[in-house]
Order: sequence, then structure tokens, then C-alpha cells
Amino acid sequence: MEQVQSRLVVAIVLSFFLGLMVATFADVRVFLPELLRGAWITIQITAGGIVVAILAALAAAIGKMYGPRPVRWLAITYIEIFRGTSALVQLFWLFFVLPYFGVTLEPFTVGIAALGLNVGAYGAEVIRGAIQSVDRGQWEASRALNMTRMQALRRIILPQALVAMIPPWGNLFIELLKATALVSMISLGDLAFKAQQMNQNTLKTVEIFSLVLLIYLAIALVITSLMRALERKAAKGLSRGRG
Amino acid sequence: MTFEWDWAYTQEILPILGKASIITVQATVIGFILAALIGLVFALLRMSTLAPVRLATGAVVEFIRSTPLLIQIFFVYFVLPEFGVTMDAMTAGILALGLHYGSYCSEVYRAGLDNIPKGQWEAATALNLSTLTTFKDIIIPQAIPPVVPALGNYLVALFKETPLLSAIAVLELMQTAKILGSESFQYTEPITLVGLFFLFFSLVSAALVRQVEAWLKTRHGGA
Amino acid sequence: MSADHPSAAPMVRFENVRKSYGHLTVLDDLNLDIAPNEKVAIIGPSGSGKTTVLRMLMTLEEVNDGVIWVEGDPLTHMYRDGKLVRANKRHIRQVRSKIGMVFQHFNLFPHMSAVKNCMEAPITVLGLSRDEAYERSRVLLDMVGLGDKLDHYPGQLSGGQKQRVAIARALAMRPKIMLFDEVTSALDPELVGEVLNVIRELGEAHDLTMLMVTHQMGFAKEFADRVCFFYAGKIAEQGTPDAFFGNPQNERTQQFLSAVLEAD
Ligand SMILES: Nc1ncnc2c1ncn2[C@@H]1O[C@H](COP(=O)(O)OP(=O)(O)OP(=O)(O)O)[C@@H](O)[C@H]1O
Ligand SMILES: [Mg+2]
Repeated sequence: MEQVQSRLVVAIVLSFFLGLMVATFADVRVFLPELLRGAWITIQITAGGIVVAILAALAAAIGKMYGPRPVRWLAITYIEIFRGTSALVQLFWLFFVLPYFGVTLEPFTVGIAALGLNVGAYGAEVIRGAIQSVDRGQWEASRALNMTRMQALRRIILPQALVAMIPPWGNLFIELLKATALVSMISLGDLAFKAQQMNQNTLKTVEIFSLVLLIYLAIALVITSLMRALERKAAKGLSRGRG
Repeated sequence: MTFEWDWAYTQEILPILGKASIITVQATVIGFILAALIGLVFALLRMSTLAPVRLATGAVVEFIRSTPLLIQIFFVYFVLPEFGVTMDAMTAGILALGLHYGSYCSEVYRAGLDNIPKGQWEAATALNLSTLTTFKDIIIPQAIPPVVPALGNYLVALFKETPLLSAIAVLELMQTAKILGSESFQYTEPITLVGLFFLFFSLVSAALVRQVEAWLKTRHGGA
Repeated sequence: MSADHPSAAPMVRFENVRKSYGHLTVLDDLNLDIAPNEKVAIIGPSGSGKTTVLRMLMTLEEVNDGVIWVEGDPLTHMYRDGKLVRANKRHIRQVRSKIGMVFQHFNLFPHMSAVKNCMEAPITVLGLSRDEAYERSRVLLDMVGLGDKLDHYPGQLSGGQKQRVAIARALAMRPKIMLFDEVTSALDPELVGEVLNVIRELGEAHDLTMLMVTHQMGFAKEFADRVCFFYAGKIAEQGTPDAFFGNPQNERTQQFLSAVLEAD
């Protein structure tokens, strides 16, 4: 309850300050369009990263739990490496080191890949936990009906694990959004990059960085409320069947 | 294109990176002490009987948790001087780390505090203990130990994120590696070494956290 | 593959089957033949290994020693170069298709309606079309008295109704052998009858071999062809219901029966 209230307060304060800024800072017209262009890149990288993260997490979780030994080790190695170092290290590694192996990627691609893989490693553990939280009887019933493990997983287990997965994935998506700021360090023109650029050009330090924080907050709030809605919908689907 | 690891170069840069790792460790330790304290303050403020204080603290925590650490570092480093608060890059970076992870830690403390049975508060009231004594002697000593593993995880997370300080040119590991790379046009060795450094210590500390967790479980399981 | 005279072979044969969890031996050298169409009631005190027998036959547990046969084909094993070796997944799936199971706690799929619960495996495993699977499921749900509850979710059904859906779901795979593990134990007393009635009708109307673990002595007496009494991992006594209940030979059986009949 209190959590929701806090979020509401944040939203109100946010819109108040956004309005105040646009109203008071004449220079907003100079840097706001640039910042919004940057925000659009940020949103694209977040969206792309989310797709990569979900795919990588699914593959790693299933590989770790049910794969043959080499696949299991591969999945574990991926999870441990990407959780054991930070997104920035991974980003730099893909950006600076991969070219020496003859693989040169666009900064945009590197950004999506590094952040997606980073969050995917955490997501894999989320998926694993959610799968394990499904009642064992569901596996046994699927088995008694002669389903294969993959059929049971896809049709019976994962749909039920989904509800438990949504809130932690919501947090991971926020982490992903925040981590997109790192791509500014491989000179990709995202919101954080534009912030530094505009700061150098206009020296409106206070206005720019405050505004940028608020834009990130706004995107985060959108993600949070989307995930809330999704959670409500999924919970409704499952609660009909409880028992 | 074939690639070969340059061992001579590795030997040359290892001492330099070793020295830089001291800065990384300093930032980690001071940053986390700050985070642990700030987190406790946030957590206690969120238990305040005054609704505005509660809500405002909640909003601040939510705000810090929803925005990138990188921008917060910039904010502390570039914006605070405009209000007369000037500090060097290292201090600004540590302050930002402490604030950011403090807001995460506050949630951990909150979970710990929420788990204290109501009877403990009532017993303290019945003994006529002051609020301060109740917190200091009764509540906090019970609330903290169970959440130590969660705090440990954030310590590891903070440690892994110290490379962000390179954005304001703090000469920690990552910044040093980048400088080395740009001087020699050999990025592979320095950046990979930095990655291995973080990987090694994260895995070790994650294992430590698990040990503590298991130990706490056996200790509290009996109660 | 199959034995020389499959028609002469028992429907199910446990041959020197041993099962243990760690140091705990749950079933010790079990030998049991079940004829086609036979209805066997399995009774015994808690922990005597009744559930384990069914779970091994359903291949939810592996046997440690011995072989289980179904219609003359090994279930837990297969022939390779004329020798019996541990069965692989494919072989197990093939033989397992003859067996269905109903669980004590229903294990219905909570995110699917009653009819979808029944349709799922026929579609994904047997490759039926949706229409075929729907028709088959509808008929079965009708048979268990739930023709008006096709689109209800498990959470909207009573315990007895859930268990009847579970029976229909197992039947939709057209098994030859049905396993029931205390299927009325989780039900309120007034709902037990409706489920037992369904099982009774099932036994009369279809060619089904049935193994049921039950604590309902009355039902076992009236319905089963044979009663097996398990004690400490062995079959302590077995026989026709009349002989078993009327004139138990084993001391353990006498103790057990007097205890449960007193409780009733
Ligand atoms: N997965 C397992 N791991 C270890 N021991 C087990 C496991 N499953 C069953 N057992 C043990 O095996 C023994 C037989 O269990 P089983 O479930 O077959 O008993 P049962 O006759 O069905 O009893 P009940 O009437 O209580 O259902 C019990 O002692 C039980 O504790
Ligand atoms: Mg049992």
C-alpha cells in the first residue's frame, strides 16, 4: 500500500518538476529536443535489450536445468561470467576486445547485446526459481500423460511460473534501463550521452542533469506500470484455476 | 585475423593495474560503509510516525533506484558545485555510490525490521524502554543478522559497479585499463585482466555470502 | 519385441522388483502378476510402499532391481542384442502410453479449463486435431457427469469435480491400465461417493485393468477382484475380497483390519 503511495508521490512530483522546468528554463528549447532524441535511443536499446535478455535467460535457465552436460556447463559459465562482472566491463569487452578477434559490431548492436546478455544472466536465475516453485505434481501429471519434458515445460510449467516471474523481471527491466546509460561511454548518442554533450555545449548543468534524471524516472515509471498491468492480468488468469 | 595474448605486455601492465585496484577497493569499502549508514537512515525514516516523512523518504528511495547510477555520479560531480559544494572526483563518485546503494540497502533493512514480531515491541514497551533504547538494544540487533547476506550481495554489486567512476576520470581499474589501451592500442589485455579481476573477486565473495547464509540458517534454525 | 503369447501374458508383472531410497528399502523383492481387466485394491498401513508401487509402474520412480512388464513387454527395460538393458526414454514413452494415473491431489493444470485439461495431451502427445480432442474430452467429461462444466477452471470446481476431471483427463489418452492413488483421501466425506461411483461405472463399462490404493474398505470389498495387503515393503497377504476380509490369515492383516474397521 505504502509502496503504491510512494510511487504516486513520485509521479506527482515528477510531473510537477517537468512542468516547472519547461515553464521556467528558457534554454529548455535549446537542449530538450536533443535530449528527447537521446531518450529515443535509450528506449530502443532498452527494448532491444529486453528481447535479448528474455531469450538468453530462457535458453540459459533451460540449458542449466535440463541440458546435457556440455550445454549445462555452457549455461553455468555464461551465467557466472555475466553476473560476476558488471555491465560496463562487458560492454567495453565486446566493444574494444571483440574487434581483435575479427568481430566488429556497431555500437548500437554492442549496447543491446551486452546489456541484454548481462540482464539475461540474472533473468536465468529468476526463471529457474520460478520453474522450481511450480508444484512437483504438475510435472508428474504431465509425465503420466506421456508428455515430453519440453512439452510439459512449454505447455504446463512455464505458463504457471509466469506469474511469479513478472515482478522480478520488472526490477530487471529497470536495471536494464539504468544500465543503458553506460552506452554513452562507447559514444552512442543515448540520453546520458546527450546530457554530457549538451552540458558541454550550454553549461546549463543543473537544468540538464535534473531534467535527464526526471526523463529516466518517467521511462522507469512507464515500465513499472506496464509490468503491474501484466502481473494483474496473469494473476487473474491463474487465480481462476487455483487449487 | 589471428589473435595472440601478449604475455610481455601483460607483465608490464600488471603492476599498474595492481596499483589501480587499490583505488577500486577504497571506493568499494568507503562507498559501502556510506551505503550501509544511509540505508539505515532511510529505513528508519520510512518507519516514522509522520506520514509526510515516510512518503517523502519512500519517494526519494524510489527515485534513486529508478535512475542510472552514472547520471547520479554526474549529478554529484557537476551539479553540486553549482551550489557551492565542490569535491574531487573520487569523493563525488563514492558519495554517489553510497547514495545509490544506500537506497537499495534501505529496502533490505526494511525487510529485516518488518520481520521482528510485534511482541518484541510490546515487550519493550512493557519494560518502559525508550524508543531509542528499543531500537538500539532490542530491534536492530535482531533485525540485522538475518539480512547480512542480502547486504553482502549489494556489497558485491557495488564493487562490480565501481568501474563507473571512470566516467569522471577516477583512476580506478577500468579507467587505468582504458588509458593503457589507448596508449598501446592493445585493449585486449588490460580490459580482459580487469574483467578477470572482477570475476574472481565476485565469485569468491558470492561464495562467502552463501557461507554466511548457511551459517545464519543453522544458527537461527534452532530458535 | 513382445513375448511369444502376448494374450497369455499378464497385463502387468512385477518381477523381483526392489526399490529403496538411500538406506531405506521401501519394496523388497516384489512379485505380482495382474491379469487383463483385473481390478486390484492395494491396502496397507502408511509407509508400507503402496504409492511407490503405482509410481514405479507409472515410471515416476525408477526401480533399483528387477523388471516391470506390461503386456509381455518390459517397461523398465528393453531388449538390446537379445539382452535386457535399462530402457531409454523412447521405449519408456512407448510402453507408458498404455498407463494412466489419477493422483491424490488431482494435479489438474490450473491455467486450463476442464476440457482443455483433457485435450492437452491428446493434442500434444497423440497428435489429435483440436476437434477430435475436444469431442473425445467432451464425451468423457459427460460420462463423469461434468458435461455442463467443460469451460470451468479447476479453481471453480469442488474437490469431487476436480477428481472426476482428472479421471477423464487420464482416460482421454485411452490407457489400458488405470492407477488410482488414494483418489478420495483429499475429499470431504460427502464428495467421496460421486468419485467412487465414476470409478465403479468405469470398471463395469470398459476393458480396463485397475490398480487402486485405497483406504475405503467397503469399496475395495465390493469392487475389487483381488485385495493386496502391503506391510513393510512386502505383500503380506492377498486374495479375493471375500477370503481376505472374511478370513484373513496373516496376523498383521488381522491387526490392520480390526484397526481400520474399528475406526470406521
Ligand atoms: N522421494 C522419497 N525419498 C525418500 N523416501 C521416500 C520417498 N518417497 C517415499 N519415501 C518413503 O518410502 C516409504 C513408502 O512410501 P509410500 O509413499 O509408498 O507409502 P504409502 O504406503 O503410500 O503410505 P501412505 O499410506 O502414507 O500414502 C515411506 O517410508 C516413505 O517415507
Ligand atoms: Mg501413499
